[in-house]
Amino acid sequence: MAEKITVHDPRGYPPKVEGKRLANRTETLDGKVLYLIDCLFDNADVFMEQLRLWFAEHLPGVETRIIRPKESWVDDPEMRARVVADGDAAIIGVGL
Amino acid sequence: MGFALALEQDGVPTIPVSTHVFARLAKATALSAGMPTTRNCFVPQPVVGRTPSELRDYIEGVDPVNKRPFMQCVLDGLTQPLTEEDMKGASFERSTPRFLEPDTEDNLRQLFIENHWTDYLPIILPTEERVEKMLKGTSKAADYVVGTMRPTSFREAWEFDVEKVAVNAVMAGARPDYMPVILALSASGVSARSSSTTSWASLSFVNGPIRDEIGMNSGIGAMGPYNHANATIGRAYGLVSQNVQGGSVPGDTYMGALGNNWAYTACFPEAEERSPWTPFHVDKGFKPEDSTVSVFFGGWYTQSGFGPRETWKDKFIRCLTATDHFSPPVIVMDPLVAREFDAMGFSKQSLIDWCAENAKMPARNYWDDQWVTTLIKPHAVAGVEPFASRLKAKPDELISIFRPEDLNIIVLGGETQGAFKMISGRYMGGGPGTDNKGNPTGLVDIWR
Repeated sequence: MAEKITVHDPRGYPPKVEGKRLANRTETLDGKVLYLIDCLFDNADVFMEQLRLWFAEHLPGVETRIIRPKESWVDDPEMRARVVADGDAAIIGVGL
Repeated sequence: MGFALALEQDGVPTIPVSTHVFARLAKATALSAGMPTTRNCFVPQPVVGRTPSELRDYIEGVDPVNKRPFMQCVLDGLTQPLTEEDMKGASFERSTPRFLEPDTEDNLRQLFIENHWTDYLPIILPTEERVEKMLKGTSKAADYVVGTMRPTSFREAWEFDVEKVAVNAVMAGARPDYMPVILALSASGVSARSSSTTSWASLSFVNGPIRDEIGMNSGIGAMGPYNHANATIGRAYGLVSQNVQGGSVPGDTYMGALGNNWAYTACFPEAEERSPWTPFHVDKGFKPEDSTVSVFFGGWYTQSGFGPRETWKDKFIRCLTATDHFSPPVIVMDPLVAREFDAMGFSKQSLIDWCAENAKMPARNYWDDQWVTTLIKPHAVAGVEPFASRLKAKPDELISIFRPEDLNIIVLGGETQGAFKMISGRYMGGGPGTDNKGNPTGLVDIWR
């Protein structure tokens, strides 16, 4: 039988994950402000405009507002603060 | 995704929309953020290049991951009451053991492959004895924290110490006296296994006395498989990156469409003694007797040529404008080429300035690029120069595509031919959590 050997694990150390809850949902979007966040990926602006048009046609009671961060990939606290201050919900896309 | 998770924490119900190829990545990102029930919705890939009516079809079509109408997913995600799982999120600790369970060599080799811990070339198994020997290549304690690394900016950063670097250096076949260089590369904070869809690699260049001390090759075939130190240091940096950052697994922690052959190994010394110009690290503020590493994030394209011949200006302009200009090139030239430019009266900086001044393309072409649009246009819109002026230019107007500070020159090669390459390479490093703050070039000597 082949000899058993001991070797090191090559992986680094992951951080501890702290559970976080999702935000409370609203029963309906009617009469609410929905932010459509264009994350600045190529063509995301066109996607968000189509999403805005969809809401205008199918759920006109929802007030949609398109908004953009200052940069792609980088947090924009000012933009988030604006969404938190007067938004009831948000859709962000298209990308990660 | 990061925005969406932050907004949820701020109390705003949010739906992140991604294309379907990112489904596993989205799930993993949400899990590691402690919000595994994040209500992701998906449209087909690609979005880039699709017309408004095609994108409207996506919106009115079926979410290819959730298998329900896309808008139903969105509306339900924003309005359906929270479940118990939504309310608590997921807290957990993950530990990485120092050693794996003892097993036979064959089984352990198979385990490393199955766990995606290798680059699929044969490895040296990191036994305790081999790792101990590798650790003798540095005076740093095994548990000294080198830094953190992540596959991309929105992923969680994993921490790693000197021993983890040694483990991966053993796997790569490196020798203990290479450890200071491998540690300096690892401490750059720049991953050699970026998960970007653009299939980046990280090319690195070594300057100073360490090059000769460990027998690196800056001569014939310097960028090829002809030197033990060059080959295994670059490979070790890659293995360190993929393993200490939590993986580089296609579809999960790696999304590069094409992949990148530079990712196997790409570490080269500058031929300082045969260059007519000052060494790269001296240009960046280090002393000639310092040993350093400099990382260039790129490897996406390569242009090449000979010269400088009579029409070198045309050739350089063709090469520079044929680059994918969101990623500036590091120009690697044989000493024959560098000395010829020097004889023509060019310093390294004046040649860089010439390249920046003459590399131009119509504004239409400059902006018609997905990454220029994504990464640079927001700065232009915000009024940051020179990007704002580039955005104001008429579509046919020729605009400069690089700033002098975007371009770098490294001299190496065997002088068997006057050859040069322009390789995608953004000079990077020295980020938060690294030991070489403020200068992308890192000092090797602190890791001796």
